[in-house]
Order: sequence, then C-alpha cells, then structure tokens
Amino acid sequence: MMRLDFKTTRWVYAWLLLLPASVLMVAFTHYPIVGGIFSSFFSTPRQGRPSRFVGLDNYAYMANDPVFWQVLKNNFIYAFGTIPVSVCLALLMAVWVNGKLPGRAVVRTAYFTPTILPMIAVANIWLFFYTPQIGILDNLCGLLGIPSHSWLGDPRTALGCMMVLAVWKDAGFFMIFYLAALQGIPPELEEAAFIEGAGRWYFFRRVTLPLLMPTTLFVLVNSTINSFKLVDHIFILTKGGPDNASSLLLYYIYEVAFGFWDTAYASTLTVVLLFILGALAVTQFRYIEKRVHYQ
Amino acid sequence: MIRESDWGHVLEVVAAWLLAFLWAAPLLYATWAAFHPMDFVSRFDLLAPLTLDNFRSAWNVAPFARYFLNTFMLVCMTLTGQIILCTLAAYAFARFDFPGKETAFILVLIQIMIMPDVLIVQNYLTTSKLGLVDTILGIGLPYMGSAFGIFLLRQAFKQVPKELEDAARVEGAGWFSILLKVYVPLARPTYLAYGLVSVSYHWNNFLWPVVITNSTTTRPLTVGLSIFGAPESGVNFSVISAGTLLAVSPLLIAFLLFQRQFVQSFMRSGIK
Repeated sequence: MMRLDFKTTRWVYAWLLLLPASVLMVAFTHYPIVGGIFSSFFSTPRQGRPSRFVGLDNYAYMANDPVFWQVLKNNFIYAFGTIPVSVCLALLMAVWVNGKLPGRAVVRTAYFTPTILPMIAVANIWLFFYTPQIGILDNLCGLLGIPSHSWLGDPRTALGCMMVLAVWKDAGFFMIFYLAALQGIPPELEEAAFIEGAGRWYFFRRVTLPLLMPTTLFVLVNSTINSFKLVDHIFILTKGGPDNASSLLLYYIYEVAFGFWDTAYASTLTVVLLFILGALAVTQFRYIEKRVHYQ
Repeated sequence: MIRESDWGHVLEVVAAWLLAFLWAAPLLYATWAAFHPMDFVSRFDLLAPLTLDNFRSAWNVAPFARYFLNTFMLVCMTLTGQIILCTLAAYAFARFDFPGKETAFILVLIQIMIMPDVLIVQNYLTTSKLGLVDTILGIGLPYMGSAFGIFLLRQAFKQVPKELEDAARVEGAGWFSILLKVYVPLARPTYLAYGLVSVSYHWNNFLWPVVITNSTTTRPLTVGLSIFGAPESGVNFSVISAGTLLAVSPLLIAFLLFQRQFVQSFMRSGIK
C-alpha cells in the first residue's frame, strides 16, 4: 500500500514537471498541426460570412492553382540543386580543415562564419552583389566582357541566385558535422592502410566515405528540411518574383496567409508542407532505429 | 626535386584558401563598403579615405537602439523560459517512470522535425486569441517549450550516475534540490551548448517575428534590418552595409572570441 502511494506520487510529480513545457508545445506545435489540417476542410471566414465546411474544395483549388505547382517545383529544384553541392563542399572543407593545412584556424573560421550570420543580413549584402551595373557580379562580368544582366529580375536566373546564397550559407554548417565524424575515425586505420600501400584517394573512397555514411544521411535529411523551412532571403532578394519564379512553398504560404488573408487556403498549403516534413521525419527515424540496431 | 604528391598538396592548399577567401568575401566586402564613402563601393583603392559616416547615418535612419533592445529582451526571455521549462521536462523524462512516458516522448520528438516556424498560420491565430500579437512575449512564447532543449538535457541527465542521486537522497534532499544541486551543475556543458545555439537562433530568426510584430517597439533586429535594407527605403549600399554590420556585430564578435565553444555547441546540437 505504502509502495503504491509512493509510485502514484512519482507519477504526479512527473506530470507536473512536464506540464509547463507540454502546454506550450501542444499549443504551438500539436494543436496547429491538427488545427491546420482541420481548417483546410473549411472556408476562410470573411466579414459577414462565417467559416463553413467545404470538404475538399481547398484541395481542388490547390490542384488547379498554377502558383502552387510553380512554388512546389521551385522548392524541389532549390533543394536538389543546393543540397548535393553544399554537402560535397562541406565534406571537402572538413577534409581540408582536418588535414595539415597552413592557417587552418583561419580557413575554418572563414568556412563557418556564414552559419552564424542572420539570413536577412547576408541577403542585404548579396542583394548588392546581384544589382545590375553597380553590383560586384556585373563588374566581374564586365571584366570578362559579359554584358550587364538583371540577375534577380530575370525569371531564368532569380532562383539560381538564391541557390548560390544557400550553398554559401549552409556548407560551413554541415562541415562541422563531417569534421566531428572525421575526428572520430581512429588514425591507426589510415596508418595501416598506407603500410598496405593504399593511396590517399583509395583510402578516402573505401574507408573514410563509408564511415561517414551516417553523417551524410543526417546532413542530407537536415539540409532538405532547411530548404523547406528557411525562406528569409526571399523577403530581401526577390519577394518571390519575378512572376513567382523564385518563390518557395513556405514563402507562398506567408503570402497567402498574410498578404491575401486567406487562412484556409494557407492551411491547405501548410498541410502539403507538413506532409513533406513528415516524410523526411520518417526517413530520419527509420535511420536512427537502424543505427540503434547496428551499434 | 618535387614529387607529384607534393604538387597535389600545394594545389589543395591553394584551393582550400581560395574557397576560404570566397566564403569570407561577402563579409569582408560589406566591411569595406561600410567604412568607405559610397564612391568607393566597387572601387578598391587602398588609399580610399576611411569614414564612420555610414554608421552614423545608419544609426539615424533606423531606430537601431530600440531594435537592439528588443532583440536582447527577446533572446533573454526566450532562453530563460526554455531553460526552466526544458530542465523540468527533461528531468521527468530522464529519471521518472510514469504511465504515458513513451507517448509523451514521441510527441516531443515530433517538434524536432516540425518546428513552430512552419506553422505560422495557425500560430498567428492562436497568438492573436491570446492577445499577444505585437509583443515580445508573443515572439518568444512558441519556442519556449523546446523539444530540442528537452532532448539534449534528457541525454545529459541520463548520464549522471544514479549513485550521486541516491547519496543526495540519503542526506535527505528532496527531488527538487537533487535536480538543482546534482543534475543541473553536471549538465553545464549541455546548458552552454544549448544556450549558444538558442541565442544564435533567436538573434537571427526572422519569419515568425515578421509575422507577429508590426511596430518599432517590438521588432527585433532582423525585422528592422529587412525594412531598412529594402530598396524602397532609398538608403545606399554603404549605409546598408554599416547597418548590417551593426546588427550582426555582437553575435559575430562573440563567435570570433568563443569560436571553439560555438562550433562545439553546434556540433553537439546536431548529434542526436
């Protein structure tokens, strides 16, 4: 009897400890997920017209919305265009910084610094790079005899400009995960391989790279999440333009919700975003599970 | 006689430095522009006159002092809330057995993948019902129940040897003083790591603050900077560079001074 009481008290304590954090978490994560899905089946309340159940109307509207398909396509181009480049660069940076390099600390600082700068601040700087005529990019092109170009004003180059910025911003961040992993590889492995006559490249390909696989998976999933989550630079560089050529899904959600105040449609678009993030989450959890089994 | 592999090494060093230069260039360039008159913005003349006028104009054009204060309050408030709430929750997960623990932990994990950042629509509606639109508390509140903080602290608490807790209990300490005197001090590196990541995150955060604020008295630096840097504001690039440097300098200087701690914190935060 005594024992049971002690146990019950512990339960109460535990739940009391959890309570403050869970209230906020439910209010700002779980409730909005469920509430968002719920309101995607309703119309946006307007003056004099309360919200009403519309079934799949919002989804039908979305399927016929060319802007939705455009931003979704942009987002995938953006993700698949930037991630491989930044991950490869990150690996290269880590290998360099981990090796015998004169001025290693300075180089590492240079690689990592973009990570801690706010996206808004760096976008302000990059905006000027891309400015026609007076910007650095046009000046460099001028030296090479390439005519002046409105980099952010041309639908063919606007998204590309943002991708370059994203690679620059992210590569150094992913570098540190590779660096941590590289430092975890015992140096005896390399010594042994060299005694056996393995070349540096061979060793990298056959030993280092496979050992870095978990890190690569982690970085891949996280960079994909980032590419759907971080849209700050669009506010400065292009505002999604020209003609939505550089808009991404979350930026479109922002526009629909806070530009057109169509919260029901914005919720519908959010459901798509949640679906994508959910799929990535499942990928990551399955990978974590695997790692638990193998180690 | 230089061997082929030596040439390869030289080439690698050159490439590494070239990349480092490319990566540092935007910031170096902004620094150049901020300290020189507008005429020298794309003319690199080492004898160009240095000036602080751009910083003066930036400071006068936008209410930077207020933005700094807002960001400072936001970052402190958010971190304090996070540390208190996450410590309590992490302790429950690390050292208590209770029904529903597994489910509760899975619910926490969901927030690691789906952060409040992407739920701006519903969170705006909630915050507006709470009457917190355009308040600093409104910017910070959604982040205070941080799954990431709970997760990190839970890991740290789990590594504390059980014997220490038992010893403290024998001496008559209650669970709360055990938490404060045994667990919290031993988890200090985790608090430091989480603190640095949280401060940099909220110093730099933009989307949610831009949604939820609409006046000078609440806007953090990032939002202020986006208004200030907009082409409509008609400010030239030298002044924008100066403003941008002002806004990033506290965090940048902190980073350059405590680089090791920053890098290790970010590393730790990623290794789940």
